[in-house]
Amino acid sequence: MKVGVYVCHCGGNISEVVDIKRLTSFAEKQSDVAIVRDNAHMCSDVGRNLVLEDIKKHNLDRIVIAACSPQFHGKTFMDIVEKAGLSPYVFEMANIREQCSWPHFDEPDLATKKAKDLVSVSIAKVKLDESLERKTMPIGKKVLIIGAGIAGIQAALDLGDAGFEVYLVEKEPTIGGKMAKLARTFPTEDCAACILSPKMADVPSNPNITLYTNSEVEKVSGFLGNFEVTINKKPTYVNDNCVACAMCEEKCPVKVPNKFEEGLTNRKAIYMPFEFAVPYRYLIDESICIYLENGKCGNCQKVCPHDAIDFEQKLEKIELKVDTIIVATGYDIFDAKEKKVYGFGTNKNVITSLEMERMIVHEAEGRPTREVGKRIAFIQCVGSRDEQIGNEYCSRICCMYATKLSQLLKRADPKKDVYVFYTDLRAFGKGFEEYYKRAQRTGVKFVRGRVAEVNEDSKTKKVTLKVEDTLARQIIESEFDLVVLSVGMVPGTGTNQAADVLRMTRSPGGFLQEAHPKFKPVDTLTDGVFICGCAQGPKDIPDTVAQASAAAARAIRLMNRGVYAVEPITAVVDEDLCSGCATCVGVCPYDAIKTELKDDKRIAKVNEILCQGCGSCSAACPSGASQQHWFMDNQLRAMVGAALGEEEK
Amino acid sequence: MIKKVEITSENDKFLNKVNELSGEVVTLCDQCGTCSGGCPLVTEMDITPSQWMRLVQLGLKEVLDFKAIWLCASCFTCTVRCPRKIDVSKVAEALRQIILRKAIDYIDLKAIPKDELACLPQIALVSACRKFTG
Repeated sequence: MKVGVYVCHCGGNISEVVDIKRLTSFAEKQSDVAIVRDNAHMCSDVGRNLVLEDIKKHNLDRIVIAACSPQFHGKTFMDIVEKAGLSPYVFEMANIREQCSWPHFDEPDLATKKAKDLVSVSIAKVKLDESLERKTMPIGKKVLIIGAGIAGIQAALDLGDAGFEVYLVEKEPTIGGKMAKLARTFPTEDCAACILSPKMADVPSNPNITLYTNSEVEKVSGFLGNFEVTINKKPTYVNDNCVACAMCEEKCPVKVPNKFEEGLTNRKAIYMPFEFAVPYRYLIDESICIYLENGKCGNCQKVCPHDAIDFEQKLEKIELKVDTIIVATGYDIFDAKEKKVYGFGTNKNVITSLEMERMIVHEAEGRPTREVGKRIAFIQCVGSRDEQIGNEYCSRICCMYATKLSQLLKRADPKKDVYVFYTDLRAFGKGFEEYYKRAQRTGVKFVRGRVAEVNEDSKTKKVTLKVEDTLARQIIESEFDLVVLSVGMVPGTGTNQAADVLRMTRSPGGFLQEAHPKFKPVDTLTDGVFICGCAQGPKDIPDTVAQASAAAARAIRLMNRGVYAVEPITAVVDEDLCSGCATCVGVCPYDAIKTELKDDKRIAKVNEILCQGCGSCSAACPSGASQQHWFMDNQLRAMVGAALGEEEK
Repeated sequence: MIKKVEITSENDKFLNKVNELSGEVVTLCDQCGTCSGGCPLVTEMDITPSQWMRLVQLGLKEVLDFKAIWLCASCFTCTVRCPRKIDVSKVAEALRQIILRKAIDYIDLKAIPKDELACLPQIALVSACRKFTG
């Protein structure tokens, strides 16, 4: 066995603290070490070639690099070891930068001692490394996208345009998501419907996208390159013959408040979700349809000239096989009723910002709306940054949409008094500060203070706010005609469902957890599953679209080559020791272990593709049968031994 | 008139003392003003609850000179509403404790001149000793 040890100076980052000479001469004395070298930058071309040539020239079969974190350059060096013809897993990295020179910069002697320890630990382990090989698996070009708001639409169009086969699933009867409800978008004040509807229309016309609306993902099993998906397509009771002539709607006798319009108007039991819905087709709300309840109406069916009403439609189960999955399930707005002191739901003059968006749309289009009144107050951070209701996070959009709504109101009628009560005003995005300034110039009054109470006058129904202006240090108690609650975001019901179905990890606020906050912002801990948009955390439309395109690109990265490499760091079961107790099956977060019968004996079997090498099963196995490649018991024992300065046996 | 104040590392001692006495981390206050807006006695106070929180954050002992902390009725409205879950009334209590623990009315018998001591009523002296020398 011939071990090569390479010590990196990291351009002074390491060598200014750790004594390289002492470290190299220490390494030279270790058994089986054939070559020890040091270099200013091991990661540079020069440094890497050093390793490459030494392996070839001196027949090295084990490599230890003492440099930075394996998180940082592990792949760099594994690739060079592989290029030299060895298994990339007969390689170890001793982290003498993050663990020695950086934290112990003021104690160079001890830092050097620790570096020696880490190098000897790595040498001890590398000698026991197995020549594991990366496996490659075939992968197709099919993607499931869950959620068809602006995030899902963007990802679907990107993937569809790139030639991938997209299945886009949306639980609502139309795509478009929350953005479809907005009046304008900040800070440019584009009409939301005008910029969204062309994108929505592109979805059904893209030959690579199959759209399932009114559908939910019931079950997902399998793994990257081999996901099996069950979709429940709920009946709409209207078939493809529908041309949206609206005759059915006229004759339908059932009326309910239109949720899309935040109750500003009513809709019938048979309805069109909104004027630019995709698919542009009527559907029946089965919870209120008289015919579906007792068979006594059927007006729509009688008047429909196209034979489009089909009361016989049933829930349809669709089975799909896909290679990757993008979760774009979005958010719900915070239920303002939870914040009792603001009286939402009991005071009729307290509304949410989403209702204000619809009021502005209706006002502009001359449709029925409600009275705005002369004095309007916006209350910020409702459901955000509030530990009393359990949401610690900032929702990131409310400052700017309140800045938008308030100045739209003020510009439409400068005589209105418009106040925004805020805790901190966060105008962080491109053009946001300028847009905030525009609102200030328009005459919107921004008052720094979180509203403590909202009280309703039982006779006039006007509402009084109590708040401290924390800049002027005055207590304000003032009457308003309308209070708009700037509600924050919470993980959407779709996001909760997706998290359950795909067993995804959540961040503290309940949104889906990314694999790495900086370098893998749209990956998840499950290979082949990506997240984007507000499912991952609160964000505005530009950030959502950027993330959606990023998720599409990450999915393409996996699928485009037709094959993908699988890490061999997986669990391995010693079949003689395994008692078939299935403890590992229960602790595996990836559903990668099943028990099976072998020679009449029940044993655990690891699916090496599904296994992510987390080590849970190895830790839980009561008989020590489950171990993990690259972290085998004998390796770990050798490492501990070396750390404790034990003689090699 | 606007008074100049200094902010030095010395100020942290006062902040830390209030943190320790109240069991709260006063620097967590983000000055939203919810406490003041809902305080039933705020209009009687010379500074608002969020103001005393701010003065403590800066470690300014001047906070002890205001009457507001004595007007606090410990009704806990601020405490149950604080979005950062800070017990504001406990902070007020800590500030009151700092003043009370100074034992401002302490009597040092040795510091009383002998001739004054001679003419002081015996009974007053004894009761003062009982109350203010501990």
